[in-house]
Amino acid sequence: MTTSTAPSTPSLPPTPPITDGEPPVAPPGRRRASASQRGERRAGLAMAAPAAILLLLFLVVPVLLAFGLSVTNARLISPNPPRFVGLDNFVRAFAADPVFVRSLINTFLFAVVVVPVQAGLGLFLAVLVNQKIRGVTAFRVIFFIPVVTSIVVVSILWRFMYREDGLVNSFIDTITFGAWQGTAWLENPSTALGAIIVLSIWQAVGFHMLIWLSGLQTIPEELYEAARMDGASPWQLFANVTWPGLRSTMVFVLVTITIAALGLFVQIDVMTQGGPVNSTTTLVYHAVRKGYREQETGYGAAISLIFFVLVLIIALVQRYLTRDKD
Amino acid sequence: MNRRSLLTIVSATAVSALALTACGQAGQGGATPGDGDGPVELSMWTHSAGNPAELEVYQQIIEDFNASQDEYVVVEESFPQGAYNDAIVAAAAAGDLPCLLDMDGPIVPNWAWAGYIQPLGLPTEITDALLPTAVGTYQDEIYSAGYWDAALSVFARQSVLEENDIRIPTTDEPWTIDEFDAALATLQDAGYDTPLDIGAEDTGEWWSYAYSPMLQSAGGDLVDRSTMLTADGALNGPEAVEFFTWFQDAFTAGYTSSSGTIGNEEFNNDEAALSYTGVWNAMDSLDAVGDDLLILPPPDFGQGVTIGGGSWQWGISASCDATDGARAYLEFSFADEYLTEFSDKQVVIPATASAVEASEHFSEDGALRPFVELSERFALARPETPAYPVISSTFEKAGKDIMNGADVQSTLDTAVREIDANIESNDGYGF
Repeated sequence: MTTSTAPSTPSLPPTPPITDGEPPVAPPGRRRASASQRGERRAGLAMAAPAAILLLLFLVVPVLLAFGLSVTNARLISPNPPRFVGLDNFVRAFAADPVFVRSLINTFLFAVVVVPVQAGLGLFLAVLVNQKIRGVTAFRVIFFIPVVTSIVVVSILWRFMYREDGLVNSFIDTITFGAWQGTAWLENPSTALGAIIVLSIWQAVGFHMLIWLSGLQTIPEELYEAARMDGASPWQLFANVTWPGLRSTMVFVLVTITIAALGLFVQIDVMTQGGPVNSTTTLVYHAVRKGYREQETGYGAAISLIFFVLVLIIALVQRYLTRDKD
Repeated sequence: MNRRSLLTIVSATAVSALALTACGQAGQGGATPGDGDGPVELSMWTHSAGNPAELEVYQQIIEDFNASQDEYVVVEESFPQGAYNDAIVAAAAAGDLPCLLDMDGPIVPNWAWAGYIQPLGLPTEITDALLPTAVGTYQDEIYSAGYWDAALSVFARQSVLEENDIRIPTTDEPWTIDEFDAALATLQDAGYDTPLDIGAEDTGEWWSYAYSPMLQSAGGDLVDRSTMLTADGALNGPEAVEFFTWFQDAFTAGYTSSSGTIGNEEFNNDEAALSYTGVWNAMDSLDAVGDDLLILPPPDFGQGVTIGGGSWQWGISASCDATDGARAYLEFSFADEYLTEFSDKQVVIPATASAVEASEHFSEDGALRPFVELSERFALARPETPAYPVISSTFEKAGKDIMNGADVQSTLDTAVREIDANIESNDGYGF
């Protein structure tokens, strides 16, 4: 939508020189150009409108509402009208709600592990499936299958696998010849978050593999040829050709993984409900539990707002760190 | 030309938006007052979409009611249980509640307080005949009534208990908690790895329904029922700590575990010797175990046996504009034949004494008769306060944390603080 100087957009029929409403005098050239420019602008607006309206309705308005609600004691179900309570909700979150603080820690712990591991593993898989060998498409499909499987289904299946007598433990039992016994992964406070991290990476890594792969395929083959002629080793090829060529892909991958990781919810909701002993509760899960299930809309909005600000800060910091330095 | 094409786009969008809105409107039911032509429509929502046996009886009642008079027509719509409460809350927010709706017993005070439902106004001879736990009240006013109640018990095999010299308890002389512990230890030694299936793998309302009666039996409670203003002393007093310590120890000792399957499979396969479960699992166990099945009262934690009461009940929404019709339907539906029908098809305890006697499973010589006595003698409704949804959710979370090894006293103190903060921020919920 930025090509306002292009002669015409493909979606518009060729326009006759005179637009309706204009006097039928032959207009000067400049005037004709600006008339068609205006037309394009309108067409552009019309095409942006559906997305813009939906975003406004379901994103901007709710965010503004959250701002408003977070300073009230609004309830989902209540005969009493909401009251203005100032910053009480925010004070409560940090001072009087240990579960919130725990959610904050868990959310960051999750992101700190998932972002580098998932991005790295995705890149590794992408490099693997980028080779020109037979049957590579099959591998791409295999790595991508978890992504197209509903996360709810994946979570339910993994919940069975993580049980004391589940697949994971019987696997461990078999390969260690019974030397090492697994635990009930999701019921042990010290392993539950780790178990969810593993499952989450497994589920989402295929998507980022695909993004990395598309990045890899934009790197011109000539660069590799030239580097090989200079006698570069495979590692040097990767460090000096592949990695610099993946810069914009890397920024995209990092930002999307970070945002997705911070928004962790479904796995928690399906598998542990924040337990055992708050070891897997996350910000979004806590916001839903407080704001919807326990019907404290005002407090839920305050938690969401804190989450929003944190994500914004992190995204800005990432943007700053990965900016083009030239 | 350009302008015209833009106009076309805009008007096309507008038309389709209008069409969509119209579809949305057409999809809405709702009671419309009779305007002379045709009977008044009474919309009705149930949570029983996943339960064909229950739905069948409702459809029978509706058919009979619609045929019995020509003033009203009941139009039923059923939802899956998991999405039902959300649907009601959303409909209430949109001002679009049906005339007749069913609801789980403990949520009645919340919805009454919120103004979703209105006092039921059924003749007292109907509501007086019902089990007390089948009637939902808030501030001494009846808001809902149900056709049945459920009950909890401990399932056991007579042969197993006799083999291990474990006394078979009766309603007059239930197991004391020490006896119960001893029995669990004996059964564990006898080869049952986890002798008791307590149902801890389940989530949601089950936790409050199943374990808050144990807490009450020990002398604690979810909330101080005399004021309904605080949980302090009830949920974190010494009795509560004692019960939850027992609860935690039962998991640590391996008497029970949270990794089973939901339902009664472990007991039916003889992997668990005792099962703390409800009437809804009785038929399967009867099929699996036959005459050997014992339906026993849960253990007495000190203050007498308690089991949960209160199942799904019916109410009339506050926004219903054909209240008389809704009342007429409910009056019609509380006939004994329907209560018996529900009981026979769904295996639940009918809410009136006469229907109990007429029912297949719960009559004098019915196989599930013990449940009737358990329900009559030990059932205690969950606290009738609008704070209940929060209390229940907090209780579940605290219970699970304790099960997983959290410190009992501090976990309960946190839960009490959370409940009290919520009650306070709602100005006491009208108490």
